[in-house]
Amino acid sequence: MKFSLGPNLFFWPKTDVEQFYQQAKTSCADIIYLGETVCSKRRELKAKDWLALGRELAHDTNKQIVISTMTLLESPAEIVTLKKLCDNGDLLVEANDLSAVQIMHDLNMPFVAGPAINCYNLSTLKVLLKQGMTRWLMPVELSGDWLKTILIQAEDDNIRDKFECEVFSWGYLPLAYSARCFTARSEDRPKDDCKYCCINYPQGRKMNSREGEQVFVLNGIQTMSAYQYNLINEVNQLNDMGVDIVRISSDSEQAFTQLDKFKQQLLTPVKHPLDLESECNGFWHKIAGMSVA
Amino acid sequence: MELLCPAGNLPALKTAIDNGADAVYIGLKDDTNARHFAGLNFNDGKLAKAADYVHQRGKKLHVAINTFAHASGEERWKKAVDNAVAIGTDALIIADLGVLDYAATKYPDIERHVSVQASTTNLEAIKFFKNNFDVQRVVLPRVLSVQQVRQLAKTSPVPLEVFAFGSLCIMAEGRCYLSSYMTGESPNTVGACSPAKYVRWQETEQGLESRLNNVLIDRYQADENAGYPTLCKGRFDVDGDVYHALEEPTSLNTLELIPELMSMGIVSVKIEGRQRSPAYVEQVAKTWRMALDRYQQSPEDYQVEGAWMQTLANLSEGSQTTLGAYHRKWQ
Repeated sequence: MKFSLGPNLFFWPKTDVEQFYQQAKTSCADIIYLGETVCSKRRELKAKDWLALGRELAHDTNKQIVISTMTLLESPAEIVTLKKLCDNGDLLVEANDLSAVQIMHDLNMPFVAGPAINCYNLSTLKVLLKQGMTRWLMPVELSGDWLKTILIQAEDDNIRDKFECEVFSWGYLPLAYSARCFTARSEDRPKDDCKYCCINYPQGRKMNSREGEQVFVLNGIQTMSAYQYNLINEVNQLNDMGVDIVRISSDSEQAFTQLDKFKQQLLTPVKHPLDLESECNGFWHKIAGMSVA
Repeated sequence: MELLCPAGNLPALKTAIDNGADAVYIGLKDDTNARHFAGLNFNDGKLAKAADYVHQRGKKLHVAINTFAHASGEERWKKAVDNAVAIGTDALIIADLGVLDYAATKYPDIERHVSVQASTTNLEAIKFFKNNFDVQRVVLPRVLSVQQVRQLAKTSPVPLEVFAFGSLCIMAEGRCYLSSYMTGESPNTVGACSPAKYVRWQETEQGLESRLNNVLIDRYQADENAGYPTLCKGRFDVDGDVYHALEEPTSLNTLELIPELMSMGIVSVKIEGRQRSPAYVEQVAKTWRMALDRYQQSPEDYQVEGAWMQTLANLSEGSQTTLGAYHRKWQ
């Protein structure tokens, strides 16, 4: 089983991004995803900068480098940038919208279907395979049983060897996307005058209930889980059911520690009690996502 | 421009047609549609009656099969397509790529509309649906500004339908797992957001509290109107500020955009609310029919009447309406 670093979903200053990926070079990740997936106004790194950084990582390491692309694309300008990223010539691309699937298909290039592509069943998986998908991440709300069913069906259909399966296994879960910027709203600004304020919240803004229960994280136009998803106790189960890649989200430098922990867990499994105040694993166990099984 | 109205049962469907709808959309009585609520929707017998009523009056019926097919139950979604086609539906509204593939292959002559749940917000995504499933219409999510809708309408190879009135979903539809994060059930998987069975109301010393799966969504003072605890419309605490962090209880109302939508060539305006009563459907259909007819009779003189706005506001969440994402300032 391989381990990947998912794209960083937050908005950080350029120097922080560069520092993070310098560390990523020497991390135990086999695969590194990078790129802006949330908001096209975040331009500390522009498309060409992400590609340059990706190529530097590919040159300096033996890791597979993947360019992750935007999820909610609403303007022609965003599509122009998306095309630039897709037609990059050498790096694999993660599609997070069907626009990217269409573009990769036109380019006759393979792609990863990211977690924001709604693939809930075998028939959909086959549609995506026909388009050129070589790796699939299921939507984060789906359970282990749901995944297992599809993987068995794929086996029975003799297509299991046509794609790798990756599972989002650690970090704040991306849960929703809106036209509205909730971080700007939290500062009482309209989106068109957001002053790029997400950059002041490298871990997003916590949105709690009026009783102090942590509910969501506001990350620009994206809403995330307030608890970090953690499937460390399920790593061996993932391995047994044929999951090829475990994804650790690049929330912060914590991701590197988690990579080591997850890798260790595969070798010597021990029970890790989850912290009920900051972690969850409900989705995998087919219960409310924010809860712990 | 077609006026497309919702119906959760036969009386609502008849009311919609009798009050000026050009077409009605409905769902089957199971989890294959995104308004899977107790007591709502159409079984096989009612489905046939719905089709007869609509067709006898020269109107159209659309059947929404717009949740995502379960890994272990794909047959249910395919059967829903078969049933809808069997009773003579004029269009299938589908979100799932596998279900679309099935419908396009088995029933190439039945119109396929891309559901709002498929979250199609740009030209390349529209091309994807056109190229792969030869769809005849795309329903746009409520995340685009009027300018963005206009740009898309100019270049889209497929006619576009937009939301005109009703509850405001503020997230890109089909891409929101907030409900399953809190309850385990989402629009994509079970066809319901913030499902009623998880809702609890409680009078406390601090006020009336609404909860969803035990999470406090809102707390109301005596002089405040309490609304259904849709989880994105509650009041939450962000670093000490308590406010509607995501959205207020409000409904979308685009009466004033009719001239613009017409000029863009939008083919259909959709009213949300299959879960609403026949009385609601009657008021909304009647008002929108009046507005559309008024525009068509004399486009230059079109003005939104205060009475129309009042009627619609009274039917709205929190008794207020908004242009939502159509208006950039909302974003």
